[in-house]
Amino acid sequence: MRLKVIWSALRLVLLFVVVLGLGYNLLMVGIGEAAFSGQANGSMVTYHGRVVGSRLIGQQFTSPRFFEGRPSATSPPYNAASSAASNYGPTNPALLREIRTNLAAVLAENPGVKPTQVPPDLVESSASGLDPDISPAAAYLQVPRVAKANHLPVGAVRNLVAGHVTGRFLGIYGAPHVNVLELNLALLKLVNQ
Amino acid sequence: MSDMDPTGHVGATGTALADGGEPPAGESPHGRRVTMSMWDKDLVRRSLRQSLRKLDPRALTHNPVMFVVEIGSLFTTADALRYLASGRLGSFSFTGQIAIWLWLTVLFANFAEAMAEGRGQAHADELRRTRTETEARKVTPEGIQVVPATTLQVGDVVVVAAGEVIPGDGEVIEGIASVDESAITGESAPVIRESGGDRSAVTGGTTVLSDEIQVKITAGRGESFLDRMITLIEAGVRQKTPNEIALALLLAGLTLIFLVVVVTVAPFSVYSHAPVSVTVLIALLVALIPTTIGGLLSAIGISGMNRLLERNVLALSGRAVEAAGDVNVIMLDKTGTLTMGSRQATSFTPSPGVEERRLAEAAQLSSLADETPEGRSIVVLAKERYDLRAPDLDGGDVEFVPFSAQTRMSGVDLDGRQIRKGAAESVARWAEVELDPQTAAAVEQISRAGSTPLLVAEDRQILGAVELKDVVKPGIKERLASLRAAGIKTVMITGDNPITADAIAREVGVDDFLAEATPERKMEYVKSIRSEGYMVGMVGDGTNDAPALANADVAVAMNTGTMAAREAGNMIDLDSNPTKLIEIVEVGKQILITRGALTTFSVVNDVAKYFAIIPAMFVVAYPGLNALNIMHLTSPETAILSAIIFNALIIPALIPLALRGVRYRATTAATILRKNLLIYGLGGLILPFVGIKLIDMIVSALHLVSTVK
Amino acid sequence: MTWQGILQIFVLLAVVTVVGFFLSKYMYNTLEGGRTFMDRVLVPCERAVYRLCGIDPTVEMRWTRYVFVLLAVNVVGFVVLMVLLALQPVLTIFNPAHMHQVPFWVNLNTSISFMTNTNWQNYGGETTLSYLSQMWLTVQQFLSPVTGICLFLAVVRGFSRHNANTIGNFWRDFVRTLLWVAIPLAVIGAVVLIALGSPQNLHAYTVVHTLQGHKQTIAQGPVASMTSIMQLGDNGGGFFNMNVAQPFAGPNAASIFFQLILGFSVPVACIFLFGKMVKNTRQARPIYWSMVLLFVIGALVLYHFEAAGNPALAAHHLRLAASHNLEGKETRFGTGTTSLFENSTTTISWGSVIASNDSLTPIGGLVPLFNMMTGEVIFGSWGAGMIGMIAYAVLALFLAGLMVGRTPEYLGKKIESFEVKMAVLSMIVPSLVILVLAALSVALKAGTSGIFNPGPHGLSEVLYAFSSGVGNNGSAFGGLNAASPWYSATVGLAMLLGRFPMYIPLVAMGASLAKKQRIPESAGTFPTHGPLFTVLLTGTVVVVGALIFFPALALGPFAEQFAAHAGKLFGG
Repeated sequence: MRLKVIWSALRLVLLFVVVLGLGYNLLMVGIGEAAFSGQANGSMVTYHGRVVGSRLIGQQFTSPRFFEGRPSATSPPYNAASSAASNYGPTNPALLREIRTNLAAVLAENPGVKPTQVPPDLVESSASGLDPDISPAAAYLQVPRVAKANHLPVGAVRNLVAGHVTGRFLGIYGAPHVNVLELNLALLKLVNQ
Repeated sequence: MSDMDPTGHVGATGTALADGGEPPAGESPHGRRVTMSMWDKDLVRRSLRQSLRKLDPRALTHNPVMFVVEIGSLFTTADALRYLASGRLGSFSFTGQIAIWLWLTVLFANFAEAMAEGRGQAHADELRRTRTETEARKVTPEGIQVVPATTLQVGDVVVVAAGEVIPGDGEVIEGIASVDESAITGESAPVIRESGGDRSAVTGGTTVLSDEIQVKITAGRGESFLDRMITLIEAGVRQKTPNEIALALLLAGLTLIFLVVVVTVAPFSVYSHAPVSVTVLIALLVALIPTTIGGLLSAIGISGMNRLLERNVLALSGRAVEAAGDVNVIMLDKTGTLTMGSRQATSFTPSPGVEERRLAEAAQLSSLADETPEGRSIVVLAKERYDLRAPDLDGGDVEFVPFSAQTRMSGVDLDGRQIRKGAAESVARWAEVELDPQTAAAVEQISRAGSTPLLVAEDRQILGAVELKDVVKPGIKERLASLRAAGIKTVMITGDNPITADAIAREVGVDDFLAEATPERKMEYVKSIRSEGYMVGMVGDGTNDAPALANADVAVAMNTGTMAAREAGNMIDLDSNPTKLIEIVEVGKQILITRGALTTFSVVNDVAKYFAIIPAMFVVAYPGLNALNIMHLTSPETAILSAIIFNALIIPALIPLALRGVRYRATTAATILRKNLLIYGLGGLILPFVGIKLIDMIVSALHLVSTVK
Repeated sequence: MTWQGILQIFVLLAVVTVVGFFLSKYMYNTLEGGRTFMDRVLVPCERAVYRLCGIDPTVEMRWTRYVFVLLAVNVVGFVVLMVLLALQPVLTIFNPAHMHQVPFWVNLNTSISFMTNTNWQNYGGETTLSYLSQMWLTVQQFLSPVTGICLFLAVVRGFSRHNANTIGNFWRDFVRTLLWVAIPLAVIGAVVLIALGSPQNLHAYTVVHTLQGHKQTIAQGPVASMTSIMQLGDNGGGFFNMNVAQPFAGPNAASIFFQLILGFSVPVACIFLFGKMVKNTRQARPIYWSMVLLFVIGALVLYHFEAAGNPALAAHHLRLAASHNLEGKETRFGTGTTSLFENSTTTISWGSVIASNDSLTPIGGLVPLFNMMTGEVIFGSWGAGMIGMIAYAVLALFLAGLMVGRTPEYLGKKIESFEVKMAVLSMIVPSLVILVLAALSVALKAGTSGIFNPGPHGLSEVLYAFSSGVGNNGSAFGGLNAASPWYSATVGLAMLLGRFPMYIPLVAMGASLAKKQRIPESAGTFPTHGPLFTVLLTGTVVVVGALIFFPALALGPFAEQFAAHAGKLFGG
C-alpha cells in the first residue's frame, strides 16, 4: 500500500517534471517569441545597427560626455552576468566610506555642485548593480558637465533630460526616473545632428 | 470580604420541593454554611505553614511554572552565597534580594493554593466531626446485635429508632420516619423517609427523629456519601479538569519557550559584548514565565469547588463543575421549580343560569375538608370574592367525601346536599348529564390557558368551573430571561398535556417544553438534544429521572431523591433546591472566566516587564537602548529588582480574586468579553507599568540596591 | 514619505481583495465539488493524470494517510530535483552558458528550499544554474504551493466537517489545485510579464559592446515563465541572484504591481475560501482585517524609516539633497514601492525582493524580520498563512476565550487540550528553531565567520536567515555567507522544521476537530466575527511574536537604530 503510494507519487512528479519543467517553460518561450519578440529577447537596443545593450540593463559610463548611472556593487561594475548589491548595513563603516568616495567623485566631476545638491541615488549603490535609471535630479545635476563636454547648450541638454523622465505607474507606483542608456543614445543623436 | 457569595443569588428565588410535604415553599435554603472570612486567622496560619511545606520540589512538579521559579531561586541563592564568600558585597546585596523575592514568589503561589485547600479542609473537618463512632443495631439471624458502624457491609440491615444516628448510607426497607438531615444539608426541617418510592434513601450521619425504620446498607466502608464527600473536599490531588489540562499545557508551552528565549539571550549578549549575569537571566526568566496564573491556577479550581460546597452542592467531579459552565440547555421541572408546588384557584365560571356566588359557595363547601393547597386556595378565593365565611359545620349532618383515584372527585354531603368537585369528565359522569356547551367551552378555555379546570356540581346539577392556575414563582421570569441573554436555552419538563404545557411555557418564558414527560421521553429528549451538540444540565430527584440524568452532561440529583437518582447524577444538591442548577451554571462559568482573565492578565504583564528589564540588561553595551526605558527607572539594578518584586507581589494581590472568582453576570458572551478584555487585557498591560514604576521609586528611595545608572 | 507612497498600499489591497474574492469562488467550486468554466478542458486532463499515475481520487483519507501521501509527493519531488540538479553537467541541453556541477551543499539546500516553498537562494541563479536546471526548479515552484493548499484544506475541513473521521483525498486536492489554479494563472502571468518586459528565451548570454565601448555579458533565459510561477506561488526563488531587483525580472513599476497582484491573489482568496468552506463568510472578516491591519502597519513603518533614511549619515554630517535610503534600492521603484514590496515579501511568505534587505535601515529591516517571526501569517503563502492564522485564532481563543465562561470554541468546535497542544507545538517549533540556531551561529566560529556586517546588524543578518528559513520565506539579508556549509546545513534544517513540524500538528488538530460535534451558536458563544475578535487576534499575533523575540531584537535592530542615531559604527 505504502509502496504503491510512493510509486504513484514518483509517476506524478515525473509527469509534471515533463509537463511543467519542459512543457510550460518552452510553451512560454514560443508564446513570447510569437507575440512579444522584443521583450522576450531582452529589449535590446541598437546604435548604428549594432546591439549596444539592453534598454533594461544599466551599463557603466565613466566618460564626462555621458550621463553617468548609479554606483554598482557588481564586480566589475555593471556585470550583467552576475547581479549583486553591496549589502552594506547602515552602521557598517564601509557604507560611509563608499558614500564619501562616491560623493567626492561626483563633486570632482561636476564642479560647483554642493554635497547638499547631490541626490542619494548618485552615491548609494543600487540593488542589482544593474540599475538602468537615475533620478531626474541626478540627471539634471549632470547637465552642465555633459553640455560642456559635448559642446551643447545647457538648455538643449536640460530639455533632453526632461523628455526622458518617466513618471510613476498609475501615478503612484515606483518613482520618477530617467533611463541612462536611452538618455545617452538621445544625447549622441543630438551631438551628431 | 466575608461575603463568599459573589453572585448574591442564593435563595433569591426561594425553593419548594417537588414532592411537597417537606419544607414549605418560599423558605430560604440557607442552612448551615461554612462561612468564614477570607482572611480567617486560623486559616491563614495553617496556610502559611502549608506553603512552606509545599516548597518540597516533589510537590511542585505538578506545577512546571513554579518548579522553574524554585530552581531559579536555588541558583540565585547559591550565586548570592558565592558573592558573600568572595566578599563582593554589592553583588551579594543585589543577588540576595533577587533570591529572596524569587523564594517569596514560590511561597505566595503555595500560599494561594493552601488558602484554597484550607477553606475546603475546614468544611471537611466539620463533616468529619459529625461522623462520630456511631453504633449500629444490626439485624442478624441471631437477633439484633450492636456493632460499630464502620464494620457494616453492603447488604447489612440495621434498625434505627428515634434519636439514633443512621450508621450508613442505605435504603429504608421497612417503616417510615422523620429524619433530621441537617448534618449533611444544613436544612433544619426534618424530612420524611419511607420504604418504597422516591423517598427511601437515607444518608449516614443523619438522625432519626421519630418512629423506627429498617435500613439496608448500600455503601460499604469508605464509600458512603459522607466518606466520598470528605475525600473529595480533602483531595488536594483533585483530578484536573479538561480546561485545566489544556491551560496547563499552554502554560508549560509558554514556560518552555521563555526558557529558550532566556537561554539564547546568553550567546546573543556575548556576541553583542554585553554579557549578562546568571542572576539577571533568571530574573528575566521568572518575570516572563506566567507565574501569576501558574501560581493561582489550582487555587481557582479548588475555590470553585468550594464555592459550590458553600451553596451546599457536592460535585462528584471537577469535570462536572466545568461542564456546568458549558451547559447551553437547562431542563427544569415545571412543578416546584418554575411554578409554586401547588395550583391556586383564580376564578369561578358559572354555568348558564347559575349565580357565580352560588358556585363559589358550593366550591367552598366542597373544599372545607380538603387540606391540599388547591383546596385551601378555593376556600380563600370564595372568601375574598364573596366574603363567604366557612360555615361552622360541627353540628350538622356532614359527611366529607375524600378524593380517590377512582372517582377523581372530592366533596361533601351536607344536610342532604351532595356537593362534588373534581376533574371535568368525572364530575359530569357523576352528575349523569351532558355538559352544556357553554361550560364545556369554559373548561376547554381554562385548559388551553395552562390551568386546571375543576367542575363543581350539586345534586347532579353542574354549577360551573373553577380555574386552578399554576402560579409562576416570583423572580423566575427574570432569571430565565438572563439565562437566555447568556445563550442558555431553558426547557420545561412537565407531565401536563402539550396545550397546557405550551401556555405555561409561554407565561414563564422558557424556550421549549417537554410535555407528558415520561422517563423514556425525558431520556430521549436529552439524547436528541445532545446529538445536536448541546450540553444539557438537568435536575432530578426520582428514580424516573435517573435515565435522563445519566445522559445529561451536568446532572444534579437532589439529596432527597432516590439512590438511583443520586447514583446517576454527577452533582448532589444537599438543599434539594431545583433552581440551584442555575447557580451551578454560574459557578462553572465563573471558574472559567477567572482562569481566562488571570491567564490574559499574566501574559500581557510581560510587556511592561520587558520594558523594565531589557534596557537594564543591555544599556551598558548599547547606551541608546535606554530609550526603551520608558518608565524612567532609576538604574539597571532597581529596574530588575522592581520587576521581580512586582511579579511576586501580584500573586498575593490577586489571591482574593482567585478565591472569590471574577464577577459573573448573565449576559451575552460579547458583553462579558468586552468588559473582561478591557479590565484584564488592557488593565494587565497598563497596571505593571504603574506598579513597577512605584516599586522602583520605593526601592531607589530606600537604596536597596545600587542606583548607579 | 509621499502621498503616492502611502496611497499605493491601499490601492494594492483594494485590487487584491477584489481579485481574491472572485478567485475564492472559483477555487471553492474547483475544490469543494462545484462546477467551473474550465471543467470542459481540464476534467479530461485530470482523468489522464489519475490514469497515468495509478491514482484513485475518490477514497476519503484519514489525516495520517493524507499526510503520508503529502510527504511522499514532497520527498519524491525533493529526490527527483536533487538528481536532476546533480545531472546538470550531463544534461547539456539548454545550457548555453556551460554551467558546471552544482556543489552538493548548494544542491541539498536548494532542493529542500524549493520543496518547502522557501526558495532560499544560496546560489546566484545566473552564475550557477543552466536554463534546464532553472526549469526543474519551476516544477517545485508549482508543486510546493499546491502542497500548501492541501495542508490548508486538511485543516479547514476540521471546521467544515463534523463527526467525520476523514479529511478528503490528497491526490484530488493536489491535482485539481495544480490544474485549475496554478497552471492557468501561471500561464496568464507569464504572458503579461513578457509583455511588460521580461525576457523569455533560450539564447546564450548576450555579449554586447556598450555605448562607451566596454564588453558586457547580459544573462538571459526563460525569465518570465519562472518569475510568473515564483510570484504566483509565493515561492520567490528568482532567476537572478538579485531576484526581481534585476531589471529583467523587475523591468518597471507596472511589472512589480502586477507581480504583487500575482503574489497576493491566492493568499487573499484563501481567506474568503475559508469563510465559504465553514459556511459562514462572516468568519473570514476578522482574519482579513487582522491581516490588513498588520500589513498596513508594517508597510507604513517600513516606508517611514526608509524615507527618513539612515540616521548614521546625518550623525556623520553626510547631508545630501534628500535623506531617503537608496543604498541597495533601484531608482525606478524608489523608497515607496520598495517598502511596499519588501513588506509584502515577508507577509505573503514570498521571499522575492526588489532591494537589498541587508541595506535597509535598522527598523526598516526589522519589519520584514518581524513579519517572519510571527509565522508569516499576514496573508502568508498558499494556504500556509491561513492555517498559521487559524492556529493563532485557536491560541487567542484559548487565552482570552475562557473569559466568556465557556470552554473556548471556534466555529462551533470545542478547543480542548489536544487542539491546544497542537497549536502550541506549531508555535513553539519555529520560535525555538530560530532562536537556537541563531544562538549557535553567533556562538560558533563557523557562524560568525559568515557574517558580513559586523555588530548588531550581524545579529540581524543571522536572525533574518533563520527566520526566513523557518518561515519558508526565502528572502535574506544578502551579506550573510549563506553558501557556507554551516548556513547551507542549518538553514536547510530550519526550512524543513519550519514546514512539516509546523504544519502537520495543525493537520492533526484539524482532524481532531473534524471528529467533534458542532456546537450550535448562541448568545453565549464567543463572537469570532466582529471587530473585537479582530483586535484580539491582531494583539495575539503581535504580543506573542514580540514576547518571544524582543530580547534578540533589542540586541539587533533596536540597538543598531539607536547606535546609528548616535553615529556609532561597528567594525573597521
